[in-house]
Amino acid sequence: MAQTVIRMERITKRFPGVLANDRIDLEIEPGKIHALLGENGAGKTTLMNILSGRYRPDEGEIFAGQKPVKFNSPRDALESGIGMVHQHFMLIPSQTAAENIILGLRSPRFFLHQARIEKEVEKLSRAYGLSVDPKAVIDELSLGQQQKVEILKLLYRNAETLILDEPTAVLTPSEIEELFTTLRNIAKEGKSVIFITHKLEEVMEIADRITILQRGRVIAHLTPEEVESRRELARLMVGREVVLKVEKEPVPLGEVVLELRDCSGFDEGGHQAFHRITFAVRRGEIFAIVGVAGNGQSELVAAIMGLRPMSSGELLVFGKPLGRGASPPMESVGYVPEDRIGMGSLPSLDLVDNLILTSYRQFCRKGFFRKDAATKRVEGLLPKFHIAPPDVHALARQLSGGNLQKLILARELSKGPKLLISEQPTHGLDIGATEEVWFELLKQRETAGILLVSGDLKEVLSLSDRIGVIFRGRLMGVFSTEDEDWIEEIGPLMAGVRQERKR
Amino acid sequence: MKLILERRLVPSRLASWGGVGFSILLALMMGGVVFLSAGANPFKAYGVMFLGAFGNFYNISEVLVKAIPLIVCGLSIAIPAKILVWNIGGEGQLAVGGIGSAAVALFLSPFLPSALVLPSMVIAGFLAGGLWAFAAGFLKARMGVNEILTTLMLNYVAIYWMENLYFGPWRDPTGTGFPGTAILPESAWLPRFPGTRIHLGLAFGILAALFLQWAFYRTRWGYEIRVIGENPKAARYAGMNITRHILWVMFLSGGLAGLAGMAEVSGIHYRLQQGLTVGYGYVGIIVAWLSRLNPMAIIAVAIFLASLLVGGDQLQSVMHLPSAVGLVLEGTLLFFVLGSDSLARYRIRLITKSKEPQSKEQRA
Repeated sequence: MAQTVIRMERITKRFPGVLANDRIDLEIEPGKIHALLGENGAGKTTLMNILSGRYRPDEGEIFAGQKPVKFNSPRDALESGIGMVHQHFMLIPSQTAAENIILGLRSPRFFLHQARIEKEVEKLSRAYGLSVDPKAVIDELSLGQQQKVEILKLLYRNAETLILDEPTAVLTPSEIEELFTTLRNIAKEGKSVIFITHKLEEVMEIADRITILQRGRVIAHLTPEEVESRRELARLMVGREVVLKVEKEPVPLGEVVLELRDCSGFDEGGHQAFHRITFAVRRGEIFAIVGVAGNGQSELVAAIMGLRPMSSGELLVFGKPLGRGASPPMESVGYVPEDRIGMGSLPSLDLVDNLILTSYRQFCRKGFFRKDAATKRVEGLLPKFHIAPPDVHALARQLSGGNLQKLILARELSKGPKLLISEQPTHGLDIGATEEVWFELLKQRETAGILLVSGDLKEVLSLSDRIGVIFRGRLMGVFSTEDEDWIEEIGPLMAGVRQERKR
Repeated sequence: MKLILERRLVPSRLASWGGVGFSILLALMMGGVVFLSAGANPFKAYGVMFLGAFGNFYNISEVLVKAIPLIVCGLSIAIPAKILVWNIGGEGQLAVGGIGSAAVALFLSPFLPSALVLPSMVIAGFLAGGLWAFAAGFLKARMGVNEILTTLMLNYVAIYWMENLYFGPWRDPTGTGFPGTAILPESAWLPRFPGTRIHLGLAFGILAALFLQWAFYRTRWGYEIRVIGENPKAARYAGMNITRHILWVMFLSGGLAGLAGMAEVSGIHYRLQQGLTVGYGYVGIIVAWLSRLNPMAIIAVAIFLASLLVGGDQLQSVMHLPSAVGLVLEGTLLFFVLGSDSLARYRIRLITKSKEPQSKEQRA
């Protein structure tokens, strides 16, 4: 086998008004994990979309082995052994894992040997440590498990080069560990892995090779040994020093804005998702729920927002009990959902329609919709939250992931909420955008109580005043971030291990 | 070499409306094949159709007469389609609207001041059609029953009910063999434009279209409808009551179809009779889709399709060709327009497949 499996030479790709990739050279070696590091909009995803056959380069060549190749579709790329797991998964929600894995294959042509396929999938999942039930319907799987299905899809097609776009964004610490183990196994087989990320610690932990992109250009090719410090890596990535420390001034506590008493509920499949959850959030604090994805936190938030029923328990918003299945008052409750595209946005509608989605009642009087007033408000919000393009007539689908998240935050914060529920608020954002979001959240404490649901332990520790650890739908403990003894126990608690308290 | 489709970031407006024009051209070509197979000269046939539709003032007025139910039915289909609910029961709702308004004219008009007869018929027709569709909407909203099936099935119920009425209990006692009720009293006739059969229903259609166009962008209801249609999940997240919208939209949709039935009874036939349901409810589906659910475009498209129907009728009398050619053209047109939709959302790229290295050198 040749030393280099894939070589990209002078790849250039232009989008209207943007030079997404500017003469990029990249070499991918077999058996290595290659990290592609860069901020949002640095051109990482575009480059990999070119390599995986989704886009065609305007200029430049791709070589697989020593041969130049032209990919007209992802299928062409897969035939050359290159496959990609996109940030937003491409799975059919109503079908099983096994059905998704064989989707689009040329064989079987007619008869499906369901049992045989399931067995093969199981064998693959065992070999690489990707535990997924092949018969599970995608809709009922957590994002972490769906990602495993996506990876299995590529392995089933004998991909030699696996591209993963921000794979850890939807995962929690233990799932990330699991993923890294899988990736190392895959590399050990002689396959190569390309890992798109902007998380420095992940790069240092797993990468054998590092390529840093900045505004469509390669800034450096490195090995982890050549990197002196995380700070240096950050500087290379954003082109300036980044402060990772958050200044957090305590805010005096106010009234209770959200209270759960013994709340329980079920998931899609009718299984107990969360059980007898009790906690309260007061104005002036950030209360975080941290846990591995799929431990009931999504269902819990959905239940609080009235999007799915609770089976028992009492829910109080601003001290008033909320009827079963009722939504909390939209005008004073902000909600930043985890699923930005699927739930948070209206892709084919303009930014005005998008930015007033949860506050449109303010712009309605006696049944009339005051579009002018809404447009005026939105024209003020776009620059304030640095949303690009700052054009009210742009469609939501034209925004990048980071800008879309800023749009949702702008929408929810501009309501002046007294309660803010924020799910994975910085997932997929670059350092600059993450800082902006953190700053906004901390500022909101002055007027609101915040429920933060996140799998990012660092984020939770930096931002919150109190933390509740959730495991298999149960709250394992609630404690203050001031209490240093407890911080050590978060990890074990997230894995369901309860230790004797030391003092 | 190979043609491939590449997704556009923003659907192209030019391709979107250009696609409609191109589809019309293709449909006319297909129609030409039909004429040739019938042994007729396509150019002559289209000439006859064109003159039949626009050749003189009366023909043009007949096009407008047929456009009236098409405008109203097109709007009726377009409203629920905006929130991804498919009402294909326009035909049945039209029939029931006809029954409701005819009932008022036949049995209540003696007890009403004559100025109130027409308004009562409008209300009765709207209510009858609206409730007919509401039944399907209710089943969908409360029990998740597929509205495509229920609305379609209710067409048969409605049409057979109507036939039962004019063949049976409501049959004109003085009538000869012709199936239909007695002629309605004159107070139940919609005023006509002098010298033509164009009736006040045209104003209903245009006003309804203007109102909806305005309502979609300038009312709270319209905003909610647009959000639900774009992303139901986001709508639920924003606290919108989708179930209630389905119920109201179905009522409104059926009501409009019912209004079309009322206008046909009261403006054209002056009675409930055979020939009331000639497919306007179905052609309305084509009108709605060709117009991309845009109320203003519905008016134009309805007039265009009406001209095909009227022109098709002329083929029969002048060239002894089946008038159904008009329907064939409409069907193929819908077919091509649905296909051209992908041109708006995707761009076609011609690419040369060159996996062999020499082609690379040729280019270099």
